[in-house]
Amino acid sequence: MPESSTRPRDAALGTGLGRVLLLVYGVFALSASARALVQITTHFGEAPLAYLLSAFAGLVYLSATVGLAIGGTRGRLIALVSCSIELIGVLVVGFLTLADAGDFPDDTVWSHFGSGYGYVPLVLPFIGLWWIWRHRPRPGDAV
Amino acid sequence: MATIIAALVLAVWYLLRTALNRAPSRYDLLAAAVLSALIVVLVVVAVIGLFDGSRPSDTATFAGYLITTIAFVPVAGYLARLEPTRWGSLILGVACLVIPVLVLRLQQIASVTGA
Repeated sequence: MPESSTRPRDAALGTGLGRVLLLVYGVFALSASARALVQITTHFGEAPLAYLLSAFAGLVYLSATVGLAIGGTRGRLIALVSCSIELIGVLVVGFLTLADAGDFPDDTVWSHFGSGYGYVPLVLPFIGLWWIWRHRPRPGDAV
Repeated sequence: MATIIAALVLAVWYLLRTALNRAPSRYDLLAAAVLSALIVVLVVVAVIGLFDGSRPSDTATFAGYLITTIAFVPVAGYLARLEPTRWGSLILGVACLVIPVLVLRLQQIASVTGA
């Protein structure tokens, strides 16, 4: 069946696997932000740090989604920065929650390396960064 | 429950199509539309349940999940149509994996009634 086709390597950031990433990042942007919103509006006093972290994670996912969606030099930069923060965030929070649960009495997306979300938050930044790296501008590319 | 099984079966199919490097066919998109219809039925039943007295204690969260659940497959289908490659099949596969999670969460929230 001639249904499948491949795209040129210089295709836009938001196509191919990028579009799958767009969907997954969108899901995480929505779930992390919505979770933070519910937590902050209903019982902020219980664990302010964890809830602010949830909100921050939501923003990071949101900006990664936007970066992937708009593409180009600027979108690529936004996505690159977001994915890097995401990677650092999931690693730092993952280790902190392993070492001492005291600082994070309530779970966030990044707690225990994202085990509550099937470890997708741990894997996602690696795939994201790999994808962005693959789409780095090369000399000779028409921008 | 039927929705979860249907979604998981479709997920396996779409992931297989991805592995075989196939773009989503008309039938694949049609199957996603049928799944959407199943989900609409599920959400309508849940909304009727809301007016039936026993509200979940967290109605706002429940409503948020309902909206996400009903909109999810159509959005994925739209993205998959934009992506006529193997990755379009993967988009549908991922969506079909997320749906069971959403439905399970809905049931979880619904079981904690505030009434």
